[in-house]
Amino acid sequence: MNERVAKLREQSVTAIPHISMERAQLVTEAYQRYAGKVSIPVLRALTFKHVMENKKICIHEGELIVGERGPGPQATPTYPELCCHTMEDLQIMNDREKISFKVKEEAKKIHKEKIIPFWKGKSMRDLIFEQMTAQWKDCYEAGIFTEFMEQRAPGHTVADDKIYKKGFLDFKRDIEKSLEAIDYANDREAYKKQEELKAMLICCDAIIRFAERHGEKALELAKEEKNPERKKELEEIAQICRYVPANPPRNFREALQMYWFVHLGVIIELNTWDSFCPGRLDQHLYPFYEKEMAEGTLNREKAKELLECFWIKFNNQPAPPKVGITLEESGTYTDFCNINIGGVKPDGSDGVNEVSYLLLEVIREMRILQPSTNIQVSKKNPDQFVIKAAEVIREGMGFPSVFNADAVIQELLRQGKSLVDARCGGTSGCVEVGAFGKEAYILTGYFNLVKILEITLHNGIDPRTGKKIGIETGEPTEFKSFDELMDAYRKQLHHFVEIKIKGNQMIESLYAEYMPAPFMSIVIDDCITHGKDYNAGGARYNSRYIQGVGIGSIADCLSSIRYHVFDKKNLTMEKLLKILKADFKGYEKERQLFLNKTPKYGNDDDYADEMMLQVFHAFHHAVDGKPSVTGGTYRIEMLPTTCHVYFGSVTGAMPDGRKAGAPLSEGISPVQGADRHGPTAVIKSASKMDHLRTGGTLLNQKFPPHVVDGEEGLAKMKDLIRAYFKLDGHHIQFNIIDGNTLRDAQKNPEKYKTLIVRVAGYSDYFNNLNKGLQDEIIARTEHKSF
Amino acid sequence: MIGRMVTAGEVMEEIEKDRVFYEESGGGVTFSGGEPLMQPGFLHALLSKCKERKIHTALDTSGYVSWETLSRISANVDLFLYDIKHTDDRRHMELTGVSNRQIFHNLKNLAGAGKKIWIRVPVMPGLNDDQENMLKIADLMHALNLKDIFLLPYHRIATDKYGRLGRVYLLSDLQTPSDEYMHGTVERLSAYGLNVKIGG
Repeated sequence: MNERVAKLREQSVTAIPHISMERAQLVTEAYQRYAGKVSIPVLRALTFKHVMENKKICIHEGELIVGERGPGPQATPTYPELCCHTMEDLQIMNDREKISFKVKEEAKKIHKEKIIPFWKGKSMRDLIFEQMTAQWKDCYEAGIFTEFMEQRAPGHTVADDKIYKKGFLDFKRDIEKSLEAIDYANDREAYKKQEELKAMLICCDAIIRFAERHGEKALELAKEEKNPERKKELEEIAQICRYVPANPPRNFREALQMYWFVHLGVIIELNTWDSFCPGRLDQHLYPFYEKEMAEGTLNREKAKELLECFWIKFNNQPAPPKVGITLEESGTYTDFCNINIGGVKPDGSDGVNEVSYLLLEVIREMRILQPSTNIQVSKKNPDQFVIKAAEVIREGMGFPSVFNADAVIQELLRQGKSLVDARCGGTSGCVEVGAFGKEAYILTGYFNLVKILEITLHNGIDPRTGKKIGIETGEPTEFKSFDELMDAYRKQLHHFVEIKIKGNQMIESLYAEYMPAPFMSIVIDDCITHGKDYNAGGARYNSRYIQGVGIGSIADCLSSIRYHVFDKKNLTMEKLLKILKADFKGYEKERQLFLNKTPKYGNDDDYADEMMLQVFHAFHHAVDGKPSVTGGTYRIEMLPTTCHVYFGSVTGAMPDGRKAGAPLSEGISPVQGADRHGPTAVIKSASKMDHLRTGGTLLNQKFPPHVVDGEEGLAKMKDLIRAYFKLDGHHIQFNIIDGNTLRDAQKNPEKYKTLIVRVAGYSDYFNNLNKGLQDEIIARTEHKSF
Repeated sequence: MIGRMVTAGEVMEEIEKDRVFYEESGGGVTFSGGEPLMQPGFLHALLSKCKERKIHTALDTSGYVSWETLSRISANVDLFLYDIKHTDDRRHMELTGVSNRQIFHNLKNLAGAGKKIWIRVPVMPGLNDDQENMLKIADLMHALNLKDIFLLPYHRIATDKYGRLGRVYLLSDLQTPSDEYMHGTVERLSAYGLNVKIGG
């Protein structure tokens, strides 16, 4: 990276995440002025307009792409209309060790005196909890599921290429056409459509004005600027900001600025999950790149510099602070913008191009938290692309993650997307598939697959609270076969899924009614054509997801019960329940039996993997295909973010040997320490799941640097990926362990049971080596000697 | 005894589990030990079955068996990982307790039959790492038209296992070869036109 980028990067990574009350104040002002006087979509649009016309405009020293969500880098706004924090929340945010946000005295004052008085009791969070039944609340508090919309807006979508072909003046024309087409005589929805479309028009003007203000600021700065080069840059910025987003971008640089303004629009309008995302960025940028390289108006270095400036913009926007359970299920600063590289073109051919490789270089150089990145690997993409990505992955940041583009397309097709829409889609957030630019694929919350078993084993009661939150499915001591237990589990699972979906339907209705997103709706088809908001089912495709957590753990738990209680009859159900109730105290022998002499998922052992499949099918059957109130369809995903830790904390001791409160397995990975036959066995087990019936699965693999060293190491990674994807695996990501991790493993071996290191011509579990040898390997890892 | 009795069929079932990975990577099964040729019948059964199923086979061996035994299975071995410890017969006797004549006789026959062979040399400081030995190995490889050599530097990892087994480690004074020495040897052998790798 060059000096300019280095400086901007430094500014980004050293800025301290803090709260800005600017947005909250402006939103409150707008509501005070307009609420009750105009329709809700227009209210939201006028609110958006008010913010865009009045928020502080930021142009930092040396920047080429401009615009911040808040008044500066890492300045994070609040969204009181979604979730009005208490003063206590603010204090916690400020003081907490992890994922803190500093709250200055001035901000606290504003919040206390202006924000809380207006929003207390009025936020979406308040509305939601008011509508949730006591039954739902019991489940929520018990940790059966989480609720995504209790602090943040639905969102969770990605841009397609329309903003590179059309500007907001063009969108205005489309909106006006839709307005003209309203059949006031016969359409029952005429009024709603009219208001939504009016709101969209207001938003178009607002974003254009927002950009113009940047142009004005740039000119102001240019006047003062002594350095002639910078003066010229500022004048260029001014020109660009007065051209996009009103008009479609004409070149590479304008394309990036166009996207960035839209991104800011989406995340300023609402606090959407997974912010927003440019999607298939290499596909969108390539036409510009190709043209300008041929014309000589762009060179590779300049393109890279612009991309790196673009990159930093994402890193300046931490995910707005979460509190409570939402913090626990997603305890991170990253806002999950996940840029896709590679994949196939709309015609199905190999989409890898020069910009794809350029992006990989940018990732490698930048080494910052945001944006996330992934590669979409199709059978049509060359091995060289996978290997180049492997080089970056090997550096240890965990990006890019790797997706099976062909599986993604099949998943989308199964859900009913057209072939072209499927090919133009990809994955976002962690691992979720979507038809970019055309789909509302909203996540509704995580689901604790393991706690369901706990409830089953207590005939509907949550032993943690003594409350009966499940149904009566029979006393487990009376089950005569494993199948009876499994039946009971399925019944409990259905019971809880139903409660979750009922709650979801209500929340979906509330959002459709009270919190539309007219700005975002402009750029997602077919909201304009339908005159319907993204949050009300206006998109071409509408999906709702429930994310299953802990499938590795539950597979092992069921395997243990089947094996020890029903097959080998090593202990009775009664004894098992006693052991679990005691949290294994006084029963270490039995715990070791469960841990070490039981078939476990992740070892390509059909006995345990069959258990995984039974749970998977039960979950799938309970969720997949159910309709949502605004016309969407329910699907499942298998990812945890950080929720496996939270869910573990509310779940008691389990038959797989896990102690009460310990984390569950993450993603679709085996339980930590359960996989004893290497990565090929893990992949074989994971492949038995029918990925194509999900909207995404998450698999983590850890390797020490030596295993992936040299040309052979890269080839091995590539082969592993291709093999997994041949088996229709959806996603894999690699964590390459460094010396610090090994040192930690020395001090805390129980945390690293499956850490395998290359010793000499073989590999071994790090825990099995004596300290001298561990030291030697640590030294070797640091110095990269043989 | 640590380990268990298995049939060739059981082993093949285990091998088949990773087929998708062999197919993607061009990899396969490596038979190692101990000395796999100490179980020639079993090895022969496994190698034949692998070849029947088009799975690539590699054999990691010291070569210290009769030619009859070796030749019986060699047709089903795609790649030999063949150890050479010392080219001087007397020194070989001192270090290992056996002569190297049969080992080299077998090697010459395998090379003559056009088999793919990677030579592996454990590098033991002061014992077999003298330049003369190294050059003789290079000469031999030249004569047999072999190109690939892996130098395995002595390591003290076994001290850990000996400790755990409650046995005395007799080479407690032997140190690992220096980086300098290893790289020097690599250079010298490369100058001979060989593909030299450290480790593996």
